[in-house]
Amino acid sequence: MAAPTTDRVAGPLTWRVARLVERRTETPTAQTLVLEVPGWPGHVAGQHVDVRLTAPDGYQAARSYSLAGPPDGDRIALTVQKVPDGEVSPYLIDVYGAGDPVEVRGPVGGWFVWRTEETAPVLLVAGGSGVVPLMAMIRARRDAGSRVPFRLIYSVRTPADVIYADELRRRARDDQGLDVAYVYTREAPEGWRGEPHRVGLADVNTHGWPADLEPLCYVCGPTGFVETVADLLVGLGHQTRRVKTERFGPTG
Amino acid sequence: MTDMSYLDGNMLDGPLRELFAVDLSSATGRCDSCGTLGPVAGLHVFSHAPGLVGRCPACSEVMLRLVRAPDRAWLDLRGTTFLQVPMPLDQPHPRPL
Repeated sequence: MAAPTTDRVAGPLTWRVARLVERRTETPTAQTLVLEVPGWPGHVAGQHVDVRLTAPDGYQAARSYSLAGPPDGDRIALTVQKVPDGEVSPYLIDVYGAGDPVEVRGPVGGWFVWRTEETAPVLLVAGGSGVVPLMAMIRARRDAGSRVPFRLIYSVRTPADVIYADELRRRARDDQGLDVAYVYTREAPEGWRGEPHRVGLADVNTHGWPADLEPLCYVCGPTGFVETVADLLVGLGHQTRRVKTERFGPTG
Repeated sequence: MTDMSYLDGNMLDGPLRELFAVDLSSATGRCDSCGTLGPVAGLHVFSHAPGLVGRCPACSEVMLRLVRAPDRAWLDLRGTTFLQVPMPLDQPHPRPL
């Protein structure tokens, strides 16, 4: 595993040409794209990249995507949720083909990251595709052999919307010290206790860590979701600086 | 909360890295208006204005504006008293050669 060396001072940020080498379907609307980026410098879980498309007439559109896993040599993985009226995600999901070029720059971001040398317990709270950078942390934990206790609270509309469903099921079983709890907002699977609801105090209180343990909390999802969860955590006594948030908007 | 149209300062990482050699998302900024200290990653960023406008999450005053043109960039930091940037040690860990 390539160790991230200098993610803070890394020189000028340049666009590199990446090519698609693999595509995995995660849900009906989300896919993981594995890109080969020659000279990729490595990254830390939670960082992201900017992806830029250029049309034949020169028009450019750039979007930011979280890296879905630790670096694998020159390969990086992005999980893209299709935004129906978006500019970039429908292209990446429906048109972008094996071997096609796309420009990426990164990694960027040094705040919403989890480093494998951290020892504090970790609470991850995901709304929808906000699970992507949090999954990168779960995968980095596993790869590093870290035994730091992790808890993930994952809010989705329906069971079919769970990204990485199989892997999460497997890791919750095999990765010691990883607990995964789901909150369903529209339709819950059979046997799930409770009614579909938006994430609330009881969910965060039941499936999170007590503030006394001083966990690191990472919250990623749509802006309203992130506001709600961050307010709940601070209300439960977590220090603001230990509640790290990443919001995303419908800019697809 | 009526206006949910902002993003957070994490999205400034790429645009600011075009100007700076360091990552500014983990830098601490002090709001010139209310004095609140916080990470650049925690700013509320409005991206539908011309350019990117970063507002203080506590008082909503503008702390940062970044406007990018094809051949230049404007960075207005007048709402920010200072930025404190974490830097790696010159020699992080002595180790055998």
